[in-house]
Amino acid sequence: MRIRNTAFPYFIWLGIFIVVPLFLVLYFAFTTGDSQTLSEFTFSLDNYKRFLTPIYLNVFYRSVWLAVVSTAICLVLGYPIAFIISKEKAKTRNVMVLMLVIPMWMNFLLRTYAWLTLLGKNGIINYIAGKLGFQGLDLLYNDTAVLLGMVYNFLPFMVLPIFSVMSKLDRNLIEAAEDLGADRRRTFLKVIFPLSLPGVITGITMVFIPAVSTFVISSLLGGNKSTLIGNLIEQQFRYTGDWHFGSSMSIILMVFILLAMALTSKFDKEKEGEGGGGLW
Amino acid sequence: MTKFHSIDLIDISKDFGETTVLENINLYIRQNEFLTLLGPSGCGKTTTLRIIGGFEAPSSGKVIFEGEDITKQPPYLRQINTVFQKYALFPHLNVFENIAFGLRIKKIPNSEIAPRVAEMLRLVNLSGYEKRDIDSLSGGQQQRIAIARALVNEPKVLLLDEPLGALDLKLRKEMQMELKKIQKSVGITFVYVTHDQEEALTMSDTIVVMDKGRIQQIGTPTDIYNEPRNRFVAKFIGESNIIEGTMIEDYKVEFAGKIFSCVDIGFENNEPVDIVIRPEDLDIVPLEDGQITGRVISVTFKGVHYEMEVKNGSFTWTIHSTLMKEVDTEIGMRVIPENIHIMKRSVDDEN
Amino acid sequence: MVEKSIKRLYTFMIFLFLYAPIIVLIVFSFNDSKSRGVWSGFTLRWYFELFKDREVLRALYYTIFIAITSSLISTIIGTFAAIGIFGMNGFGKKLVLNLNYLPVLNPDIVTAVALMTLFRFVKLEFGVLTMLLAHVTFCLPYVILSILPKLKQMNRHLAEAAMDLGATPLYALRKVVIPEIMPGIITGALLAFTLSIDDFVISFFTTGHGISNLSITIFSMARRGINPIINALSTLMFITMVSLLLIINYRTEKQEKSLEERR
Repeated sequence: MRIRNTAFPYFIWLGIFIVVPLFLVLYFAFTTGDSQTLSEFTFSLDNYKRFLTPIYLNVFYRSVWLAVVSTAICLVLGYPIAFIISKEKAKTRNVMVLMLVIPMWMNFLLRTYAWLTLLGKNGIINYIAGKLGFQGLDLLYNDTAVLLGMVYNFLPFMVLPIFSVMSKLDRNLIEAAEDLGADRRRTFLKVIFPLSLPGVITGITMVFIPAVSTFVISSLLGGNKSTLIGNLIEQQFRYTGDWHFGSSMSIILMVFILLAMALTSKFDKEKEGEGGGGLW
Repeated sequence: MTKFHSIDLIDISKDFGETTVLENINLYIRQNEFLTLLGPSGCGKTTTLRIIGGFEAPSSGKVIFEGEDITKQPPYLRQINTVFQKYALFPHLNVFENIAFGLRIKKIPNSEIAPRVAEMLRLVNLSGYEKRDIDSLSGGQQQRIAIARALVNEPKVLLLDEPLGALDLKLRKEMQMELKKIQKSVGITFVYVTHDQEEALTMSDTIVVMDKGRIQQIGTPTDIYNEPRNRFVAKFIGESNIIEGTMIEDYKVEFAGKIFSCVDIGFENNEPVDIVIRPEDLDIVPLEDGQITGRVISVTFKGVHYEMEVKNGSFTWTIHSTLMKEVDTEIGMRVIPENIHIMKRSVDDEN
Repeated sequence: MVEKSIKRLYTFMIFLFLYAPIIVLIVFSFNDSKSRGVWSGFTLRWYFELFKDREVLRALYYTIFIAITSSLISTIIGTFAAIGIFGMNGFGKKLVLNLNYLPVLNPDIVTAVALMTLFRFVKLEFGVLTMLLAHVTFCLPYVILSILPKLKQMNRHLAEAAMDLGATPLYALRKVVIPEIMPGIITGALLAFTLSIDDFVISFFTTGHGISNLSITIFSMARRGINPIINALSTLMFITMVSLLLIINYRTEKQEKSLEERR
């Protein structure tokens, strides 16, 4: 029984708007040339060579480092909250999840902007600090501010997948463990924690990727002192106009993320081929 | 291949990629008969049904419907309707709209739809249920709505894919009777799929026993039960004792160290054969009167009868009797010649 | 118990951390001065200035226009895509699913840059059209991912039952499949709408001709410095959002209650 595939228009869309652009970026990454017509580009690895210099590598390392640290902080802060919420009764749980979700729904820029006001020289924190005797703290326009912005923005993205997995844990498993003599600590270590790992993996993915590739947070909260790889790419495409260099950095970023994800998915034995991850 | 057969399947085979699911299926279904495809999971019975319904296309072979080749016809053009295993009732429509679905497609006017739906509901004993929601119905009720939905379209053939599987025992037995009644009163061909051999024996005019994608035997319930053609059928239908022996000559067979009279002929002299004796056909007699003797090694109360295992040498006999003999008793057993069934020896695989 | 208090304290601190910045934003939207540390008195003037700010109003218009249009388009294409993909098998299916997942996995800057490159390549003028195309592109995967689970949940024999009763595949689709997966379609549409309204990075790279959406406008204003108009905007958006979320939550709870009662 053959039904013509209704996904056909989508295949075309996929081809034009996802496959072709990626190939174009690849093409740009491996060529140089100033002209307006694509065919006049020449093959070159210069873009990559340029990237492998200390200035740019430094930016890359810092981006990765900040992303790792912020992911770690989100994990450390977020896991307990996910656990606490999952053990509450249904009504309280729903309220708490709702309260977690509301900040997520707030516009991402506004959330970042909020810290701009908080951390500024004339902001509230400095105001309070001033009353306590500390003068003019330099809280803004450095890596710490960026880190803070990342954690603030991405914390719910860590909590929700972990919570989602935990709340779906079969109660019977925990009861079975207790029935077999495990105390609360053991039950957690041997049953709950291992089973929550898929959620942790999802959470890590949902924080690390945006964290390593952000340019908004570093732009608003980091100023010129905190350039991340996202900023570099943005500069190339919108100001400098060297799309080749910009493309090569995009490719490097993409490959790096794919490798990082492949690594973490080794820890996640469940392959989610279709449907969503822990969030939906 | 005459106009008098409802359906003919000719040389049907089906592959799914590397796996062959059906091989060499040839059978015909008569008008107004209740035919059952019977077999274990994976034997190909559902696939065969789906091929008849048009949901799968055979890899080779033909499907003939009242003389016409419908192999390439899609399901919505066939005058055949299906009752699916999990009923597949449309959750977003109520009972009335579910049953009326096919009629609406045929653009039958509303004035005609209402009485026909009511008629069907009466047939399945659910009059008045028109406005009910599907999820408010019990399993048995949903089942009957599914049947009504199919039958209201007056198909020539109704296909039923293990429709009673999800019901509890009592309900299943009731529904079996009802289905049989409906079939007789409506007077159309039913093609029924099940793995429950008791169900098949109760309801069918003809049973097609299948295993591993092939037809093992076709016959009436009594034929299949009394004269299983091979080891598989003998083991699948009812309980059996299957023991190896030798056909000495016509009407004479040797097994368990003795020679018995029997009613089968047509084998070679001294041909190795398989003998099938149903547990209920072994009578318990005093030790000295027994054709076969043995020691009882287990007794289980089954309600209807006792099931006892009796060990004689290396063979363990299973017997069903309303008499109870305790474990470790030596007993004698007799069987009349008519109840000794001979089959060609299977050189086969699984036990 | 000590443990309970620790839990309570911890939970409170986390929620405080999450909400403090927002609360400060809201409070200072009523502050009668541009300072963010000192309170000078209550005023609504920033709200009035907000409604008079042309830049913001224009951005709001484009934001909503693109959100509605792109969620509509992506829902339609996405629904048919999900149905088609669901019926596929083997390598083709895996390929499509992985490609589909790409914009979700890729950092949005890479998707943005790739689309930007495409538009330059075909010499398309940057503006509303390019932003729209970009939005549909990143919304599609989420729509599809919302609908696929519903298709999996659906009794796979429903469409067959319809055809068995005489429906052509198209009729079965219309009358049986789509009503069944409608909750997934609606979720997908809402998700697309939300993502589109909130988007910054992709819009930033694929727009032109001075067309901005709300996020872009906020970004440029924020770069120029603190502006209480943004605070006012935040407050309004916050209130809208909370109300929306509460309504949705209330309705889902009602639905679940009525389902429970019917059993």
